[in-house]
Amino acid sequence: MPKVLLEMKDIVKEFPGNVRALDRVNIQVEEGSIHALVGENGAGKSTLMNVLSGIYPYGSYEGEICYDGEECRFNTIRDSERKGIVIIHQELALIPYLSVMENIFLGNEKQSHGIINWEVCRAEAMKLMQRVGLDDLPDVPVNKLGVGKQQLIEIAKALSKDVRLLILDEPTASLNDDDSEKLLNLILELREKMGVTAIIISHKLNEVTRISDKITVIRDGRTIETLVKGVDEITEDRIIKGMVGREITNRYPPREDTPIGSTCLEIKDWTVYSPYVAGKLMVDHVSFHVKKGEVVGIAGLMGAGRTELAMSLFGKAYGRNISGQVFKDGKEVRLNCVADAINSGIAYVTEDRKGQGLVLMESIRENISLPTLSRLATRGVINAHKEVKVAEDYMQRLHIKAPGIFQKTGNLSGGNQQKVMLARWIYADPDVLILDEPTRGIDVGAKYEIYCIINELAKKGKSVIVISSELPEVLGVSDRIYVMNEGRFVGELSREEASQESVMRCIMESSDSQAV
Amino acid sequence: MMSMEKAVQSNGQNDTTMKSLMNKGTFSTAMQKYAMFIALILIAIFFQVLTDGVLLAPMNISKLIMQNSYILILAIGMLPCILTGDIDLSVGSVVAAIGAIAGTLIISKGMSVGAAVIACLAIGLLIGAWQGFWVAFVRVPAFIVTLAGMLIFRGLTMVILDGNTLSPFPDSYQFVAQKFLQDIPLFASIPYSTMIIGVILAAVCVWLEVHAYRQKVQYGIPVGSKGTLLVKNALIVFVCLFATYWLSQFKGLPLILILLAFLIAVYSFICNKTVFGRRVYALGGNENATRLSGIKTKWVRFIVFVNMGLMAAVAGLVFSARLNCAAPSAGLMFELDAIAACYIGGASATGGIGTIVGAIVGGLVMGTLNNGMSIMGIGIDWQQMIKGLVLLAAVAFDIYNQSKK
Repeated sequence: MPKVLLEMKDIVKEFPGNVRALDRVNIQVEEGSIHALVGENGAGKSTLMNVLSGIYPYGSYEGEICYDGEECRFNTIRDSERKGIVIIHQELALIPYLSVMENIFLGNEKQSHGIINWEVCRAEAMKLMQRVGLDDLPDVPVNKLGVGKQQLIEIAKALSKDVRLLILDEPTASLNDDDSEKLLNLILELREKMGVTAIIISHKLNEVTRISDKITVIRDGRTIETLVKGVDEITEDRIIKGMVGREITNRYPPREDTPIGSTCLEIKDWTVYSPYVAGKLMVDHVSFHVKKGEVVGIAGLMGAGRTELAMSLFGKAYGRNISGQVFKDGKEVRLNCVADAINSGIAYVTEDRKGQGLVLMESIRENISLPTLSRLATRGVINAHKEVKVAEDYMQRLHIKAPGIFQKTGNLSGGNQQKVMLARWIYADPDVLILDEPTRGIDVGAKYEIYCIINELAKKGKSVIVISSELPEVLGVSDRIYVMNEGRFVGELSREEASQESVMRCIMESSDSQAV
Repeated sequence: MMSMEKAVQSNGQNDTTMKSLMNKGTFSTAMQKYAMFIALILIAIFFQVLTDGVLLAPMNISKLIMQNSYILILAIGMLPCILTGDIDLSVGSVVAAIGAIAGTLIISKGMSVGAAVIACLAIGLLIGAWQGFWVAFVRVPAFIVTLAGMLIFRGLTMVILDGNTLSPFPDSYQFVAQKFLQDIPLFASIPYSTMIIGVILAAVCVWLEVHAYRQKVQYGIPVGSKGTLLVKNALIVFVCLFATYWLSQFKGLPLILILLAFLIAVYSFICNKTVFGRRVYALGGNENATRLSGIKTKWVRFIVFVNMGLMAAVAGLVFSARLNCAAPSAGLMFELDAIAACYIGGASATGGIGTIVGAIVGGLVMGTLNNGMSIMGIGIDWQQMIKGLVLLAAVAFDIYNQSKK
């Protein structure tokens, strides 16, 4: 019987206003195991980990935490870190302009009497970086490195604190498949070589099933079940059943055979340079088209240039020295600002809900009407009546769950925030809707609803372009798929031809030919 | 097909908790909304007692309004700047420059008052456009652009005045800043003209309140009970009538108060009801999201600064008229008073939050403190310290309130 490293017993956490985020949660983590925590958004996973790491101090929750055989009462993160419990949050906590080495030892500097010994730091940093498989110099500022490497730096930082229990909150959410693979292997390796126990919170069930020894499912603040590898049947469908409380037969709504019409939008030789790095080509002579009533997917790895392509099309909202032609319904249009694009019937729903999508301090109503205010106004004065009606109408149609249209969007869950953005752009009534990572970080139920909305739009004759890093999603929703890699379109696949293998083959082959 | 029903179900459970959260939210926002107003009343009562009834005497009230009018006008222009997440440090210098230009045109060059006023307002717009250009299109931070403006326009004032003070202005120039309703021949002939205006004002306010209430009911927007509406309206009527009665005990309605009320009404309307106002708030709340909604954020910001220039010009005219001179040192530190008024009135330093009425209340808090302490004979040194502490306390209170949620 392996030793139990951590046991959390009957944890109850309430937030002001009688919101019970955790309701008698129990979890046991064995030493040297990899334990996954899964559940829909808002199920209480992150809250549980915040209780464990002392972000919510002892006394603000009920229940008991036993770690390494003794009861623990953490008041701050420092208390838990001293015991070797390190949490790596979804949003990385690195300082962009500081070097790798400075970040690794931030708050934990190798110093005597307040003076940092950089030589020791450097030597230690090199050792740690080697252990996580980073071959860059310790002096490189972290903003010069990709997200994948930044994640590795976080782990190196954890190792510098003599971590015994590593908690990773959505570690691969913003990584491409390749980097995700590396990261997961590293976690396995740390367990083998150093006996590091890990708790992983993830939405990516294929990863969870691959690496974890035990899977605890949390739903509505309660522990539903714990599946043990080798004992229980562990499949994605089995886990989803636990998460949502019933069997899922289909994760993607079927695409009805709606007639696909004439070409709605056509792009020729679209080329975009980076606004930050002089002369860096982000989108390289891309040509494509989308028809009326068609859902077109753009697949590719993180950094392939898909967002850059979409935003540069959307009234040059991104990029420099943009060239190429845009044809809308056969006529060439010039889109020099976002307003031009909107007026030409193009809408872009950003991947960055909080940063570029919503005004979080404003209400659902104000967010929905933002781009269409002039339509709701007479002589510059907003028609409040009309605005309220529109907001209520769309809240109902898209099943936005909130107490009312006056709720601040900052208080909504990710899925509902995404729906507010969709409502905004559907009300704008575009012909072409570009959805950039429309389901990132939202739960299975809300994802399904968004897929239904996409189908609904196509049925009405809209052209929908879906950009997604999740291959099954692109495959599940699209009629036709373009594959993008390193700024170029490297493949076009029909629904029948497309599979995870064929898409990856396009990417790999193009990368190979690039190397030669 | 799958979890949709389930999702609806689980959210049904959450609904009740969310609603209770909301109720709590509306209560605390109401507290925030009126906290400074209540504080203003408490401060007024406090000094009323300490000054043996001098503070709220009709004469002193008139004086208080006239003394603070230019700060309040600046605060009206400053609030949109703060809403977009910017700031304008140059307005004190602009006030001086406009005074100097008006003095030179009218006193030295003998230009007619009307033409000079129009010229000054145009110059104010130009100054605003100059600063707006750098802030909005070149993207130099507003703090730096207006810090430069503070030096530039103070220097310009000294160049124009050559170090001298120009005075006196003709009577017609001083009219708006110094005279009362009864000084206009037409109104002088009507007895109780100030009171009549009070009655009209009360009627308009009540009508607006009732109209807004009805509209809210019609659109299904949550409203308070009819009782609170009644109490609110009774309070409005009482305040309007009492205020005008009180002012009529001295010389009647100061003309500057009419200008001020007009500006407050117009700018509140712009902020709350118009497309442009909404864009200003959205820009301050999330510039990227606003830009990606097809709104020309640069132009919004530019117009906000042009407007600030116009308000600074109005304040400059009022101030020079009130002092009846154009002095090189006019308007020193006005920018700080105007900014403090906005913050005390609940505006957020990061943008996107704030109201015109809030800024006015904030300005009146500072003005009342100044006036009360002056009557009590407290020195300017102590006044400064106390005003500083009030600013700090007000903003800390706001932040505490927000973090509590």
